[in-house]
Amino acid sequence: MPDLGPLWLTLYLATVTTAILLLLGTPLAWWLATTRSPVKPVIEAITALPLVLPPTVLGFYLLVFLSPDSTLGGLWVQLTGDALTFSFAGLVVASVLYSLPFMVQPLQTAFAAVGRGPMEAAASLGAKPLDAFLHVAAPLSLRGFVTAAVLSFAHTLGEFGVVLMVGGNIPGRTRVISIAIYEHVETLRYEEAHVLSAGLVLFSFLVLLWVYSLNRRAAIRVG
Amino acid sequence: MSVETLTLQVRLERPGFVLELNQQLDLAGVTVLFGPSGAGKSTLLRVLAGLETPASGRIRLDGTIWFDDEAGINLPAHARPVGLMFQDARLFSHLDVAGNLAFAETRSRGREPSFDTNAVVAALDLQPLLARQIHTLSGGERQRVALARTLLTRPRLLLLDEPLTALDRDRKADILPYLERIPRAFGLPTLYVSHAIEEVVRLADRVLVLADGRVQAYGPAAQIVERLDLQPLTGRFEAGVLIQAKVLAHDQRLHITQVEVSGDTLTMPLLEHLAPGEPVRLRVRARDVAIATERPNRISIRNVLAGRLKSIVLDPDTPFAEVLVELRGAHVRARLTRAAVEDLGLNEGDQVYALIKSISLDRRLV
Repeated sequence: MPDLGPLWLTLYLATVTTAILLLLGTPLAWWLATTRSPVKPVIEAITALPLVLPPTVLGFYLLVFLSPDSTLGGLWVQLTGDALTFSFAGLVVASVLYSLPFMVQPLQTAFAAVGRGPMEAAASLGAKPLDAFLHVAAPLSLRGFVTAAVLSFAHTLGEFGVVLMVGGNIPGRTRVISIAIYEHVETLRYEEAHVLSAGLVLFSFLVLLWVYSLNRRAAIRVG
Repeated sequence: MSVETLTLQVRLERPGFVLELNQQLDLAGVTVLFGPSGAGKSTLLRVLAGLETPASGRIRLDGTIWFDDEAGINLPAHARPVGLMFQDARLFSHLDVAGNLAFAETRSRGREPSFDTNAVVAALDLQPLLARQIHTLSGGERQRVALARTLLTRPRLLLLDEPLTALDRDRKADILPYLERIPRAFGLPTLYVSHAIEEVVRLADRVLVLADGRVQAYGPAAQIVERLDLQPLTGRFEAGVLIQAKVLAHDQRLHITQVEVSGDTLTMPLLEHLAPGEPVRLRVRARDVAIATERPNRISIRNVLAGRLKSIVLDPDTPFAEVLVELRGAHVRARLTRAAVEDLGLNEGDQVYALIKSISLDRRLV
């Protein structure tokens, strides 16, 4: 039986990442769905970049920008005493960026589908903008939220390249399931690799099955 | 109740369209914003509700300024004391009927007038629908719920944006009585957008005629529908007049009612539910009126009234002409052929007889 530490670490990373993405991705997606600003396509393109870039490219830049020698990384060291590279916090930052399109795009689609009508109705019924968003747009976009959260979660589970670049392979800190499998294969411990891989396949399948049955009537859009 | 005044100075530009008006409206009863589609009626309602921002101008309800570009005032939609009912109802599909009503009610607590939910539910007969989901409602039921929800914003001004257009004929007949009753029952001044002259004659106290983003006319409903120069806008086929009358007597055997129109007596189908003495508004359509230069005898038409030809408008490129006949205290319009005008040698000022084939009750005046 393999060490299950990487599994728990992975689930924890995916949960934290999804929670942060919900907080950051929701306003971004709302802005993209409602703005008429000319910079919208620019922001959309940047948001979609992680879909097309090789994870190593993303990982490389993150390594550069998060290292203790950089401004951001240095600030983090001063604040927390720990480095952003080869740490769990760094993994969270990397995962948030890596999974951003999987949160933003389904949400943007859902918000756009709600449209201006219900929000205008809410305003005319005396609801301030945040009130209208929380009590009208958000509940009407519930399936979009579920889709976005599940896809972000599942996508974070499967990341490998970025983690390897930014986090390395430190047990209990940055050794997530995909890294563990890689190492088991490298060291020819196929049995452990099998258990973890099959577990990941099964889990991912179940998650996607759930999302697709939830979205049977409305198509989800990723990428 | 004192009559409030809505002062509108608005200029708003959209691609291919300019809305520009400078008008004071007396907010009492129902004012219909009337005009062809694309005239700017709905845009004007959206401006009033705060959903569109004019390029410049001022909007003021009595002493309260809603919009003033020079002073930098623009009251946001959620803070304006208006209730806007959208053409397509826009009910919230994630809430049931009661939830939709509560959405408005909880956000308008403490506002005047303080309608309570039960009164509104009762007035619109919504009790059986309260637990229903929105997608199970018929078109007419949706409009009723939307109207109730709008009332529960406790507005000082009700804005209704073509509430009947989305409905078929039967549903319209179901909803119209509510639209007629609610503004009066709740004492709410109402602006009602419509492009159907039938709705104008049925509902309007005053009419603001809009075309191409500009005001064409504003005044009491009876005056506006009489004006021949507005015909291209108010519509020819249904053209006619509204007449104030008083019920005189009923004849149960012949199934007729006699009404008095400022000195003249008219006969019309029995209006059993109206007591003698009760004031009513009647509608006489131009196509139901014929003209004779002598009093005809032995004719089936019962209503033959003496009058004077006030104006004759020939309709170019059609066989028709329209004339206005001044009776003792009222007017009727008649739609004739141009051939008849020539043949009878009709001139403005002539003494004539108006033969009225049919009259319909427009509404009771209470």
